[in-house]
Amino acid sequence: MSQLRVEASTALCLLQDAGRFGVRHLGVTQGGALDWVAMRWANWLLGNALDSAVVEIALGGFSVVAEQDCVLALAGADLDAQVNGQAVAPWTRFNLGKGQRLTLRQPRQGVRAYLAVPGGFVGEPVLGSCSTVVREELGGLDGQGRALVKGEVLHAAGAVVGQVRSHVPEALRPVYAEKPVLDLVMGAQIGDFGGTSLFEAFNRDWTLDSRADRMGIRLLGPQLVYQGAPMISEGIPLGAVQVPPDGQPIVLLNDRQTIGGYPRLGALTPLALAQLAQCMPGSAVRFRAVVQDEAWREQQLYLLRWR
Amino acid sequence: MTPRIEAVAIDSLMVRLFDAIDEGNMPWILAASQRLREAFGQQLIDLVPSYTTLMVQFDLAPGEARQRIQHALEGLRPDAGQAGRRHEIPVWYHASVGPELPVLAARGGMSEAEVIRLHCGRDYPVFALGFAPGFGFMGLVDERLATPRLSTPRKRVAAGSVGIAERQTAAYPAVSPGGWNLIGRTPVRLFDREREGYSLLQPGDRVRFVAVERAEFINLGGDDSPLEAQA
Repeated sequence: MSQLRVEASTALCLLQDAGRFGVRHLGVTQGGALDWVAMRWANWLLGNALDSAVVEIALGGFSVVAEQDCVLALAGADLDAQVNGQAVAPWTRFNLGKGQRLTLRQPRQGVRAYLAVPGGFVGEPVLGSCSTVVREELGGLDGQGRALVKGEVLHAAGAVVGQVRSHVPEALRPVYAEKPVLDLVMGAQIGDFGGTSLFEAFNRDWTLDSRADRMGIRLLGPQLVYQGAPMISEGIPLGAVQVPPDGQPIVLLNDRQTIGGYPRLGALTPLALAQLAQCMPGSAVRFRAVVQDEAWREQQLYLLRWR
Repeated sequence: MTPRIEAVAIDSLMVRLFDAIDEGNMPWILAASQRLREAFGQQLIDLVPSYTTLMVQFDLAPGEARQRIQHALEGLRPDAGQAGRRHEIPVWYHASVGPELPVLAARGGMSEAEVIRLHCGRDYPVFALGFAPGFGFMGLVDERLATPRLSTPRKRVAAGSVGIAERQTAAYPAVSPGGWNLIGRTPVRLFDREREGYSLLQPGDRVRFVAVERAEFINLGGDDSPLEAQA
């Protein structure tokens, strides 16, 4: 069974899977890989169940040494991955021989890379998931919600359910555009934004603020003005674009709070969220308004890639 | 009762039953919650009840989900009280673990004993869980206890801390930052991953706080470290 010893890690290197479900009414956040598309491809390369636990590595600073010969897969951002100094292309499966070192140093394109092992990494499932949520002390290797640290040993579960592939076909890989257009399912309060707010929301660039984490990403741009009645706290879906009184939207991500009372433009689609997860602070995005049914159909079509 | 159903995300709809916070909402929210769980079965991903709404996340085409919600909520009647449990939660009310106890007393021109009597004087429905796992938003407290949140939230609030914000009350299940006015501490574990259902409180439950002395608080497993010393 494959074993990897962590040689270097950061607070942004986390065990993740698809997240926790059926527990949102208890105030438990979702968690899970921010770029679910890349997580799936990493698992697909090894024939794993697509939601098997992976390591989410944001911005690099991560290194492991193989304690036995291992087969690994990487998808998502290009973080200058190398095996003993030799470049490893993202979106591929590769070998890491006993004693060899894999390093992911720094972003060359995108932000988050996903490392998979056969059968997924072994963690301590809590409330049905290994997803690490530091704030809630849930998930991760020991269930206590900690990021990976130097010296820890990562184990592969080993059970593979499907076919093994060498690489993700070029045509199927996501494109990390310089200025992605993010689909936003319009929500019920959208008509309560006044003046030129709606025009600006969908026709101007939004810049990713450095105030960003797994709970949410702040966007900087024109001030949006909400003119509706004050809201009572209600459930917050993944990708909700909420607008606090300063008029600068926040996209709520996997580790968001479960309820909240700021008005919302709507919610980004899962595909838009996967793109956003690969955008650096300071880069720009745009929103495109879509209706729920159309977004749902597009999502179903996209999921066929893994059939 | 004709709920409004609104799109909120690719796979989620908001069911809006009321426009204002009211204790009388909860039997309706509970009844709707039960019906929606039954109607969606395995296709329900998550159901998030709150003060006036239920958010339904589903694995189903949105149009079909909307119809299913409409159908499930036809002729909705409030829950007659079988659903939802009643909890008595012991609290040691003391300034060393609840620094705003004297503040609330001074603000209301009453004794600390009167603040405690008022806080323990009624059952509070759990409107929603949020902010952190097992954190139940409850209310409404007596108007004389209503107090705005601290202007600067504390970086660290001890687990079990019982607080008031405006006319709501809650207990912090774990150490966290927090801006509520703290008046005491409970020894009860509010969130436990080993417990069936994980959270002691569930939406729609009712809670009665019961004042206990320090000795009993300690007997029940409470940690009486003063707030500042827990940093």
